[in-house]
Amino acid sequence: MQKIIGEQLIDKASELLSNGTVSCVLGWGLGEFGYDVTPTLFKSVEDLKKGFVFNDFCGANFSKYLVEKTRKLDGKILVFLKPCDTYSFNQLLTEHRFEREKVYVVGIPCDGMADISKVKAVTGEGILTIGEENGKIVVTTLYEDEPVIIDVEEVLAERCINCKSKKHVAFDEIIGEEGKVVESGRFDEVARLESLTPDERFAFWQNELSKCIRCNACRDACPACTCEKCVFDNPASGVENKSPANSFEEKMFHIIRAFHVAGRCTDCGECSRVCPQNIPLHLLNRKLIKDMNEFYGEYQAGEKVGSRAPLVDYTTEDIEPCEVFDRRDKNV
Amino acid sequence: MQVKEYRPLIVAFCCNWCSYAGADLAGNNRLAYPADVKIIRVPCSCRVNPMFILRAFQRGADGVIICGCHPGDCHYTSGNYFTRRRMAALFSMLDFLGIERERTHVEWVSAAEGAKFASTMNAFAEKVAALGENKRLEDLRCKK
Amino acid sequence: MFKCSLEKNQNLFAEIAKNAKLYLPVDNADGSASYGEWSEGVKWSDALNTAKSAKDFFFPQTEDLMGFKTIGKTIEIIDTRRNSEDFVVFGVRACDVKSFDILDRVFLTDPCDSFYANKRKHGTIVSVACTKPAETCFCSTFGIDAVSPAGDVSAWKTEDALYLQANTEKGKALVDSISSLLEECTDDAVNAQREKTAKIFDKLPLKNLSTNSFGGGKTMDLFDNPFWDELSSSCLGCGTCTFVCPTCQCYDIKDFNTGNGVIRYRCWDSCMFSEFTKMAHGNNRLTQKERFRQRFMHKLVYYPENNEGIFSCVGCGRCLTKCPISMNIVKVMKKIGGNKGE
Repeated sequence: MQKIIGEQLIDKASELLSNGTVSCVLGWGLGEFGYDVTPTLFKSVEDLKKGFVFNDFCGANFSKYLVEKTRKLDGKILVFLKPCDTYSFNQLLTEHRFEREKVYVVGIPCDGMADISKVKAVTGEGILTIGEENGKIVVTTLYEDEPVIIDVEEVLAERCINCKSKKHVAFDEIIGEEGKVVESGRFDEVARLESLTPDERFAFWQNELSKCIRCNACRDACPACTCEKCVFDNPASGVENKSPANSFEEKMFHIIRAFHVAGRCTDCGECSRVCPQNIPLHLLNRKLIKDMNEFYGEYQAGEKVGSRAPLVDYTTEDIEPCEVFDRRDKNV
Repeated sequence: MQVKEYRPLIVAFCCNWCSYAGADLAGNNRLAYPADVKIIRVPCSCRVNPMFILRAFQRGADGVIICGCHPGDCHYTSGNYFTRRRMAALFSMLDFLGIERERTHVEWVSAAEGAKFASTMNAFAEKVAALGENKRLEDLRCKK
Repeated sequence: MFKCSLEKNQNLFAEIAKNAKLYLPVDNADGSASYGEWSEGVKWSDALNTAKSAKDFFFPQTEDLMGFKTIGKTIEIIDTRRNSEDFVVFGVRACDVKSFDILDRVFLTDPCDSFYANKRKHGTIVSVACTKPAETCFCSTFGIDAVSPAGDVSAWKTEDALYLQANTEKGKALVDSISSLLEECTDDAVNAQREKTAKIFDKLPLKNLSTNSFGGGKTMDLFDNPFWDELSSSCLGCGTCTFVCPTCQCYDIKDFNTGNGVIRYRCWDSCMFSEFTKMAHGNNRLTQKERFRQRFMHKLVYYPENNEGIFSCVGCGRCLTKCPISMNIVKVMKKIGGNKGE
């Protein structure tokens, strides 16, 4: 697949801004060290030239921003979406969270984004600049005289290693070639955990979830979590809490978070990307997706606008909850 | 000294139209089931939010059972079909987290099935008793 | 100045742990580090800093304040206060050490927070000098000298030895308690390390960050700055920055109904949350822009205004690495204040 460079996106955005198709551009803004890009609204061609950046660290999924931005801003918003982001985009449309007419989607191909912590594991701390040469990441650091050159493949984020689709399911136009849905091993880790004993699974999750600091980043970044008022923020709900006071509350938050997006989660992986404590939260979502695929047939949230998610649908022949385990035991 | 026998606390969510009436019938017929089964009446089994189940465990339940009309007999036509899907997904996820799968159960009990209600509760209570106290989804603050 | 060979550091830890609980940075499976309790064989992490700050030791994320129980028609009040046991926090970086001063000014001024004071009294801090700062470090902006950290005891780790210097009575007591493992020495090796590290600090990308535009009395200049809109526009409203921050000290007090009583506890709160300081009349900061502004105005303007010009940021850089959208105090300071000499 051809590599997309920032200039192409700037040119495209400038063109659409200049001819009045869109009134602003949601893109990535330059940071201090190359990897710390910030989702930014650009309102003019000058702004774009000054601060727009596109590199291997542009992982943030912009779909959720559209809920708020389309309400606040007049005119059309240009948004650049990677294939995985387009699934979230469609899912939000399915839930009528914003108006399609207010957005102009430019699909950009993606070969996977880098995980900065993996880069740092190679280069060490002290990254000064991150550049690109011949498709490789070139990092200059405080402690190395020579730049460190890294293959993007070696430092891909987990969600990109297990990429499920390179196909844009929503767009007004695509830069580059159209991709395809790909085979992925995204359920392998879930299957591995399933094969453990309940005690081992409990120990695994107890350890992982005990790291939670309840910053709510997983929820706030999640494109499926768009409630106006989250039950955990609502003092009237009776379950509001701001901190994991004990291991029960840690589990409750994460069970409810994952279950609330069951059937609507597109597996974009933002929850795990943003977790400051590196908890593999996506595994909870993937477990639900895997189960629903097995019980009710393959379903990919966001693939089509208006599709009916498994948990808001039924057949008279569905599997009984008590049969779930019998069936799995037979399969193992 | 007499050791107090461990008896599990069971929370049973029963739908108003079938299972709650089934429990009534079990009572009228003097059919015995454990007194530690605490029934919470809900308009329909699909009213049961996953949060209810977690909160029951938090507040000291050792097992949670959801009872509704038989599939096809829902007072609201399709409520229990949704229950069926939701609980299948939820219970499977709880199991994924290492919570004992025997602590949760769904059973369809009609208003005419007093005997089934009693036998379901007896069997479930026995299973949960074998597991012992709920330690994996407990909130120690509520046990003081 | 005292010295102990690095090979003997496990013996040193064992000696400290005889008298007090010892906590130190340990490596996690995912490559990060966090404070853990030392027991035999636990290794001291080489990581620059822990993912979460050291404030938890004195100001834990949740802390029970008191309990209530109703018996008949009377309410029994349960005092849950406990005298803290002695503990030593080892390997705290200069930035986090400074953060304790900032927290002290909040919790120890009248009315003194007895929960915090109790832990402060029983905790001994052993700081350690930095030798390999990261690009995200900017402690020097706030006048912190990372090569000569404060704390009850200051430590320097070289290739082969650990150098210790007691700064306070508590520190002296700690050093005395482990004196059998220490030998007196000159500070030549430490000075050499200081010089070497200082050169690296000179090359740090954020060394020119300026605080000139901020400080007490700047409220009116900065409050309506048009840049707040732009800076906050992609803020998710999560609490990552506040919860990893060593100086954020806002908390909420809540009652938990246990079914047979009430536990009153406090927990960290975040100005980024929509229900932060919600009152009977509603909420006083309705938009994310206002909440976002509050965080930075508090650190850079309101706090210094009330505390002799001391900023409530220590430049540890945690929010720079942890923010999901990489919006942070450095970007705010640069946008609004610019660099030195600009």
